[in-house]
Amino acid sequence: MKLDSKIPEGTLEEKWSKYKASCALVNPANKRSLEIIVVGSGLAGASAAASLAELGYKVKVFCFQDSARRAHSIAAQGGINAAKNYQNDGDSTYRLFYDTIKGGDYRAREGNVYRLAEVSANIIDQCVAQGVPLAREYGGMLSNRSFGGTQVQRTFYAAGQTGQQLLLGAYSGLQRQVGLGTVEMLARHEMLEVVTIEGKARGIIARDLVTGKLERHFGHAVLLCTGGYGNVFYLSTNAMGCNVTAAWKAHKKGAFFGNPCFTQIHPTCIPVSGDHQSKLTLMSESLRNDGRIWVPKKAGDVRKANEIPEEERDYYLERRYPAFGNLVPRDVASRAAKERCDAGFGVGNSKMAVFLDFKSAIERYGHNLAVKLGVQNPTADQLKDFGKQVVEEKYGNLFEMYEQITGENPYEVAMRIYPAVHYTMGGLWVDYNLMTTVPGLYCLGEANFSDHGANRLGASALMQGLADGYFVLPYTIGAYLSKEISVKAISTDHEAFVTAEKAVQAQIAKFFTIKGTKSVDHFHKKLGKIMWDKCGMARNEKGLNEAILEIRQLRDEFWKDVRIPGTNDELNPELEKAFRVADFLELGELMCMDALNRSESCGGHFREESQTEEGEALRNDDKFSYVSAWENKGDGKYELHKEELIFDVVHPSARSYK
Amino acid sequence: MSTNQANFLQSSLGKKLIMGLTGLFLISFLVVHAFINSLIFCNDGGTLFNEGSEFMAHNPVIRVVEIVLFIGIILHIVQALILTLQNNKARPVKYAVNNGKANSKWYSRSMGLLGTLLLMFLIIHLKHFWVVSRFTDEITSGEETMYGEMKEVFENPLVVIIYVLGVISLGYHLLHGFQSAFQTLGLNHPKYTPVIKAIGFWFSIIISLVFAAMPIALYMGWVK
Amino acid sequence: MSGNMNLTLKIWRQKSAKANGQLVTYPVKNISPDMSFLEMFDVLNEELINKGEEPIAFDHDCREGICGACSMFINGQPHGPKKGVTTCQLHMRSFKDGDTIVVEPWRAAAFPVIKDLTVDRAAFDRIIAKGGFISVNTGNAQDANNIPIPKIDADLSFNAAACIGCGACVATCKNSSAMLFVSAKISQLALLPQGQVERIARAKNMVAQMDEEGFGNCTNTGACEVECPKGISLENIARMNREYFMANIKE
Repeated sequence: MKLDSKIPEGTLEEKWSKYKASCALVNPANKRSLEIIVVGSGLAGASAAASLAELGYKVKVFCFQDSARRAHSIAAQGGINAAKNYQNDGDSTYRLFYDTIKGGDYRAREGNVYRLAEVSANIIDQCVAQGVPLAREYGGMLSNRSFGGTQVQRTFYAAGQTGQQLLLGAYSGLQRQVGLGTVEMLARHEMLEVVTIEGKARGIIARDLVTGKLERHFGHAVLLCTGGYGNVFYLSTNAMGCNVTAAWKAHKKGAFFGNPCFTQIHPTCIPVSGDHQSKLTLMSESLRNDGRIWVPKKAGDVRKANEIPEEERDYYLERRYPAFGNLVPRDVASRAAKERCDAGFGVGNSKMAVFLDFKSAIERYGHNLAVKLGVQNPTADQLKDFGKQVVEEKYGNLFEMYEQITGENPYEVAMRIYPAVHYTMGGLWVDYNLMTTVPGLYCLGEANFSDHGANRLGASALMQGLADGYFVLPYTIGAYLSKEISVKAISTDHEAFVTAEKAVQAQIAKFFTIKGTKSVDHFHKKLGKIMWDKCGMARNEKGLNEAILEIRQLRDEFWKDVRIPGTNDELNPELEKAFRVADFLELGELMCMDALNRSESCGGHFREESQTEEGEALRNDDKFSYVSAWENKGDGKYELHKEELIFDVVHPSARSYK
Repeated sequence: MSTNQANFLQSSLGKKLIMGLTGLFLISFLVVHAFINSLIFCNDGGTLFNEGSEFMAHNPVIRVVEIVLFIGIILHIVQALILTLQNNKARPVKYAVNNGKANSKWYSRSMGLLGTLLLMFLIIHLKHFWVVSRFTDEITSGEETMYGEMKEVFENPLVVIIYVLGVISLGYHLLHGFQSAFQTLGLNHPKYTPVIKAIGFWFSIIISLVFAAMPIALYMGWVK
Repeated sequence: MSGNMNLTLKIWRQKSAKANGQLVTYPVKNISPDMSFLEMFDVLNEELINKGEEPIAFDHDCREGICGACSMFINGQPHGPKKGVTTCQLHMRSFKDGDTIVVEPWRAAAFPVIKDLTVDRAAFDRIIAKGGFISVNTGNAQDANNIPIPKIDADLSFNAAACIGCGACVATCKNSSAMLFVSAKISQLALLPQGQVERIARAKNMVAQMDEEGFGNCTNTGACEVECPKGISLENIARMNREYFMANIKE
């Protein structure tokens, strides 16, 4: 099968407008008889579902949480990018496009990314109209801040809760349609199979998580908006329920998986405190504006941060990257921390942490404030108090959160941070229409592979989710559905539904017959460790080959020895987890295979074999300027398809932050 | 009444509004009552007090207001009963452990209990004075004055204790009720609410002291 | 490890919505003060699974205090003794070695128990569906800076919008009233110019749905405000009252 990305003809600037002007439409009367299934209710799912219902389609939305409002988009802190140029600082659609392509280390499609930049401004308009309370200046205009990897201020935000506010905005639009009867919302439902008829996606099998009943749902098209798969690492900043199941089931039904090995590791997370740890908490990237990152110069130094004198500290980012210092991109900062800890310079009980120190920021701000207040000859204590005041104003809520979790006061002692899995750039392969390789099956938001290449810039995830849901899919789905208007709703008694449901039933039955000795979490933790150690921040051929074998072995063990308590006919969180971990155990192997295949370093993917003498990532555009799209051939076999990346406008160059 | 208004009055917020408005109305009555009570401290053998109570008993305007007052009391009680029943229904299974003191004042959670105590006290109180002044001819005939009646009633230490307890219930009921009524009416403002709360606090204390002072003073013979 | 605790948990177990439930005692050992409350539950559940017993069902997802899924009534308080945090952000250092901790589900007729500590909060979604939105279809919007909004209004609106819909307000209210939740949404939209068009219908419809769901009535004890993990203010309830009264006066 040949991959066709279906990028429209024409110059970059006219692709999307030409597409919109010429794509097929569905008339209002026909929309009423077309049914669409949306799986997932995060930014992408909720915005797509509401927009499609507004257009007149009959929509069903599924989410595994108890309410659509709980999807993990809610946890995004920083902000959302948009090329509004409200700050008059030279921003434009082109600049946002360029920054995103470059930030993604030239592994994304130009056409998609340009469209993303184009619709970004509409997103802000839509959200504000919905009543999303974005931050404002005293004059009443919207406020912006800057974020990593850009030279303009284009990030819109709502304190540290941008994701929450945007999701609640999308959710309110969705609930409005629920109230109008155009959307049927099925919360506490998990999609467990895609139903295909004559090669086209025609519905899903979902499990009602409260009763355990399997349900068949028909749709002329199916949208997967099910988020990323970072939880394959067990520990990540994802919510506990985030999973790959919907995408993986689709993958097994013919949807190719794009760039599975591209994962983003966020440098500023609170480190693991013990074996009990269930998830990792992110501290906003903005902390690196004022905090200085360091480790002791002596390996294995057990002294407390405050006891280590200035000259015995190694501010390694400032040392290695004098131009960008503590503000290097996420992937670079993460790898540098790992390098120091692996070399034995880590701090804290686990030795897997580095210091993020605000001492000099407190001093600096203290002096500034003293001058501002006109305090003559301030005492050291006064200066410290002044400094703390300023730092509290800027980062108060983050410092509080840190103290909450660690029990340490970051105003007095340096924070300890360590990188953690945060986002997955990889996902189901989609064309320009956001359609997977299965006709009628679409994939939106983090769940698809498009737009971010090998590394995502801060404040771009929210932008992509909403762009896909509000402004891209409602157009592109018309191109497909306009050819489906003569298809009557297919009865769920159709053989394809029966077979699909039986397959799920069989899997459930299998889970309960194993009656093994280990919990699902036991296997999940083991998988996470393999992935983190061998397919994490740095990867090499030997480790990846080992990981593949270890994962296979673990998967066998899982199917022989997992214990699922309770029954199928009730709320059974262990059974839910079993489904998810079973899929992670397959995905993990594919991620390692992809990482093994891509023997270059790019963005979040760092192959130790491919680095410069100074230890910087070395991309190989001659050999790897393509998207890896993996086809599932069944029985654990995969076939790699390559979609060449063509750069007409920007020309890939090496990223340097020295 | 249109269905719209009926819906409004039957809604949770409509009922709260009635509670708040009747509450404030009853508070205004308390002020008048406390003023007349305090006339005994003129220490003129009850002359001024008797004139006051005479006025209250015979002025036709007051007689109309009295009817409104009773309607207010009944509405306040009936709404409270309905709300309490609804509230109980809203939590059919109770908590095994509920640490209310961690988040609210005991009297704010005990308005029903305090109200019931107040109602019991009110019945005793009405029997002591209102029934006597209206429906027996002792006072109307001029045989006995209100002041004299009072002196007689408050000779009994048990009655004094009941009155003081009644007044304490009133004090706590007001302590929550006063500011709560404003909140219900929609008046909550960072600038004014602290003032309302302070007024409510002092009002509750002063009015309770004034009411308690009367039976105590008469019993102790501080006034003649 | 030193500083680890042994605790006695008394946890509400209830097989299903229809079954009767009771408090069941579970001793837990060697609990690190660095664990979150939910991680302690993970440890207990792992033990229960290994013993062949059924683990305790409880709602949770993001575990960073923002999704609003977690919902435990701990020693008589929603989300436990610490102010301004959800259950997932409550850490075991808030407890002492030897403590007995009683954990119950949210209790309200409008939040029926599904299993153990899991309750059904769909009533909140139904209330939002009645008016917790601004009716603007995708593509209708004008430029975002066309309507300047005073910072003070935008900030107040944001403060109300910080609600995570966890239901702690209902759980702690002696009357199981949902007024803090409903008023937060009504306030958020009433404070913004975009929300003016549907102001009357919004107040009326959301309050009507709230009543229909069987939540109790507000008696202004203020417990909700104290227990709210996001610090939603009682001012919102007063604002809702105003909105509702004005709506009924006007129409």
